[in-house]
Amino acid sequence: MAEEMRVVLRNYGKINPLKITDYLSVGGYEALKKARTMTRKAVIEEIIQSKLRGRGGAGFNTGQKWAFAHKTQDDQKYVICNADEGEPGTYKDRMLMENDPHAIFEGMAICGYAIGANKGYVYCRGEYPHLITILKTAIYQAKQHGILGDFDIEVRTGAGAFVCGEETALLESIEGHRGEPRIRPPFPTQKGLWQKPTVVNNVETLANIPVIIDKGAAHFAAIGAPTYPGTKILTLTGDVNNRTFFEIPTNTTIREVIFEFGGGIPGDKKFKAVQIGGASGAFIAANSLDTQISFDAMSAINSTLGSGAVYVLDETRDIIDVTTRIARFFEHESCGKCAPCREGTARLHELMWKLNSGRGSAKDITLLKKLGRVMSITCLCGLGQAAPTAILTTIERFSDDYEAKLM
Amino acid sequence: MGYKQILDAYKNIPGGMIEAFNAIQDIYSYLPEEAIIEAAKVFNVPVSKVYDVTTFYSMFSIKPRGKNVIRICQSAPCHVAGAAEVVAALERELGIRIGESTSDGKFALETTECVGQCQDTPVITINGKPYMGVTPATVVDILAEYK
Repeated sequence: MAEEMRVVLRNYGKINPLKITDYLSVGGYEALKKARTMTRKAVIEEIIQSKLRGRGGAGFNTGQKWAFAHKTQDDQKYVICNADEGEPGTYKDRMLMENDPHAIFEGMAICGYAIGANKGYVYCRGEYPHLITILKTAIYQAKQHGILGDFDIEVRTGAGAFVCGEETALLESIEGHRGEPRIRPPFPTQKGLWQKPTVVNNVETLANIPVIIDKGAAHFAAIGAPTYPGTKILTLTGDVNNRTFFEIPTNTTIREVIFEFGGGIPGDKKFKAVQIGGASGAFIAANSLDTQISFDAMSAINSTLGSGAVYVLDETRDIIDVTTRIARFFEHESCGKCAPCREGTARLHELMWKLNSGRGSAKDITLLKKLGRVMSITCLCGLGQAAPTAILTTIERFSDDYEAKLM
Repeated sequence: MGYKQILDAYKNIPGGMIEAFNAIQDIYSYLPEEAIIEAAKVFNVPVSKVYDVTTFYSMFSIKPRGKNVIRICQSAPCHVAGAAEVVAALERELGIRIGESTSDGKFALETTECVGQCQDTPVITINGKPYMGVTPATVVDILAEYK
């Protein structure tokens, strides 16, 4: 039986998030103190050696990102915590912020020290108004205790735009503009917030930082899959008995996630499909259930780990209907800046709607495949590039379901 | 507090316009035209630029709407858990369709994408407060809290 391993959720249920003394009593902010006795380069090297990769979905080497921002010379740099989780079925960052906000601030302050930034922002989605109070209270307490030193943290609230989870769109939103992604390069580590070098890290990524500094890179690198070490919080939804969250080592298999942690499919029904990573994720069929959830193992089966949302469908579900709903999500959330996404998401939804209502033909499926391929290459940001994923993978892996709905 | 005081409180915060609009909506439930015109002056940008921002974000409304904003999640996990029946029950109970407000100005009915409370679907929020595991039967009790 696979077991949970709580690294980022280490303090979940053990401390009162609104009492900084609770966090301090479990060794909180010791890693920040330790980091400040190290050289900036040594801190970055430790994070690189740990092989920690971004937990927001892109999987970029965190230490490498910090090294880029460290190298860029400027009078002002920023650290941003991306708390705009919006992939349907995902609530891991909410759990972390609700239960252990200081772990995130500690990670931000360590990053600030490493890259030479004295200002941090938490960009929290507008759908989490209760979190704004928790975050602001926790920041106030950290300042009262003088723990953050010269590192200042400010909370900014989004207003309901999925695309703002994309790091350059997020920067635009903090600056008070429409949340439209920027053309990269330059990357935020060179020209980020107000054109200053900026590190944007996900909530879960930042919560790992104090542990790495505290216990060392080697300890962290030894957990889970070698090329994507550590743990991942997964949130289970859909047709699964335990619709809850787990933190597990990254070498756990999808089968273990659904049938051991998730307790299997309710009502003795059979498994049909699982979509991992939210609306942007691929649908995976039963023949791939023994794949590990790590970033690279998922890539090898043309799928993604993404945000860690695990959406299970049993044999009775209409996967074409669900995929149509997902297509509508992207049409709604496309920011409209680039034509392939603005037009493409609308056409994908239109074609899916036609197929779902039994009016589609084989020609429409061919058209979906072509349009999806073009979008995955030509869209400006990850939103548009991933928008066709659910459609393309269901056409490939659940072709019988499409056949059954043809006119 | 009126919109002028709110805008004044945020005028020196870089990029503070979105923060100010969130605060204004907490009181007015929408962004009145006067507030938008005033924001343009306070943040020293054209009015068109302010509309550019306000119409981008789904939580901002430039049209008057009911005081209590009900949003129903339409994302895939809520979709398979029966969100459509909850929509039907809310529409029936309030006598309005999605996108409309009740004539007494008490409720506005909107859809939203995932609000991150997926441990117990389907989910609705009222003024940002989440209600989980909602059914057509429980909708009545939830609405009663706001009547």
